[in-house]
Amino acid sequence: MNSSYIFSLILVIILCVVAYMGGNAEGLRLVFGVMIPYLAVFLFVLGFLRKVLGWAKSPVPFSIASTCGQQKSMPWVEQNKLDNPSTTFGVIIRMFLEIVCFRSLFRNTRMRFHKSTDGVKIAYDWEIFLWAGALAFHYAFLVVLLRHLRFFFQPVPWCIQVIEFFDGFFKMEFVGEVIDIGTLQIGLPGVFVSGLILLAAVIFLCLRRLMSPKVRYISLASDYFPLFVILGIAVTGIVMRYFAKIDIVGVKAYTMGLVMFKGTLPPENVGGIFYIHLFLVCVLLACFPFSKLMHMGGIFLSPTRNMTGNTREVRHVNPWNYPVKTHTYEEYEDDYRDKMIGVGLPVDKKE
Amino acid sequence: MNDKKLIIIGLLIFFGVCSSVCWYNWLSAAEKGAPEPLLSEKAKAAGYCVVPKDKMKAEHMKILDQWREHVVRTGKREYVIPETGRTFNMSLSTGEDSCMGCHSNKSEFCDRCHDYASVKPYCWDCHLEPKEKE
Repeated sequence: MNSSYIFSLILVIILCVVAYMGGNAEGLRLVFGVMIPYLAVFLFVLGFLRKVLGWAKSPVPFSIASTCGQQKSMPWVEQNKLDNPSTTFGVIIRMFLEIVCFRSLFRNTRMRFHKSTDGVKIAYDWEIFLWAGALAFHYAFLVVLLRHLRFFFQPVPWCIQVIEFFDGFFKMEFVGEVIDIGTLQIGLPGVFVSGLILLAAVIFLCLRRLMSPKVRYISLASDYFPLFVILGIAVTGIVMRYFAKIDIVGVKAYTMGLVMFKGTLPPENVGGIFYIHLFLVCVLLACFPFSKLMHMGGIFLSPTRNMTGNTREVRHVNPWNYPVKTHTYEEYEDDYRDKMIGVGLPVDKKE
Repeated sequence: MNDKKLIIIGLLIFFGVCSSVCWYNWLSAAEKGAPEPLLSEKAKAAGYCVVPKDKMKAEHMKILDQWREHVVRTGKREYVIPETGRTFNMSLSTGEDSCMGCHSNKSEFCDRCHDYASVKPYCWDCHLEPKEKE
């Protein structure tokens, strides 16, 4: 039993119960449907700005670009232009690949004990599963987020429809009797593969934290909390789409009311699951600027990645350096030249 | 420092994109509220469907899928409503007792909500679209 994940799990369960009961209470539809979403967006925007502007004010005293390859040197030494860029363009390429491919994470290694005839030795292997899981998670989340824009745009732009088309490309379907459940029907509305990948990836990332002793040891409640919240969002979303279906047109009328500032309430009888989904999204948004999730903005400002690897060409001067009052030797000699000459000390300038 | 300018430009882009859910809708003239599916005279006269309206709203796609499965696997097309005893023909578009037999106005009945919610059912990949009477 680990207090970090138990604490987060209990917290998320309490949030779900609060949302479920609040959504079903007649008088609280305004609170859970309108006020909390606006408050969450307000906190997100304000917190995000505050955080990024705080980072913008921080000094970068040293050039600390991480060098994963040969820096630009003599003409006959081949430079690794991708991993040690010496130009701004090269840095843009490195940042772009970092953000879309997670190249740093791709280098992830794992320490383990390697048993051989000589005894136990420490060995480091390449560990790709965190990278694969993170990539699946982030892209699935992005697609799910973009798909949800159909609730916030009227008319729905064609680019969102294209995403929906490709997301539903596999046309998975199942209709039949399942023992103990009854008739199970899946396929209409069309199955979106992104939601399933998101759920699978979140479960994998959770299990990785829980199963690996080393990762579990360094994991805090604030690491588990977003995972459980996103797990809750994914599960409730999937339940609403494929099992306990809700009035989608009514929900869109409600979300359009939110973005048009009309204060439309969610449709009646939309069900507690909808409120859990909505409330967890609000919690995620509100927590976002104050949690590790800020790596979304932070990745752009990571000095080890966004600085140019040109420390041999250009002297990095901390732009926050204040002017220091100095007294050079030349000035010293100017002050005491006569006396120095008088006692026979050597001077650079006779006059 | 140049970085500050870049960071502020980045923030402006980010919040510009995020706020597109507001300004896109303010700029576009389309009706934002939920559309009402228009019932044909026949549907209005009947006053009821195979299941109550609220359930139909959320679950019609499930019913259609189950009906298709049932008809294709068993060949039986009879559906009796338990409450009234009335018999329907389990068919999307064939005959007076089918779905489109009553809801003959596809563009006003089906498409309004489907377009609004950006749903593209594949019904008409196989079925012929009913010719609508003007």
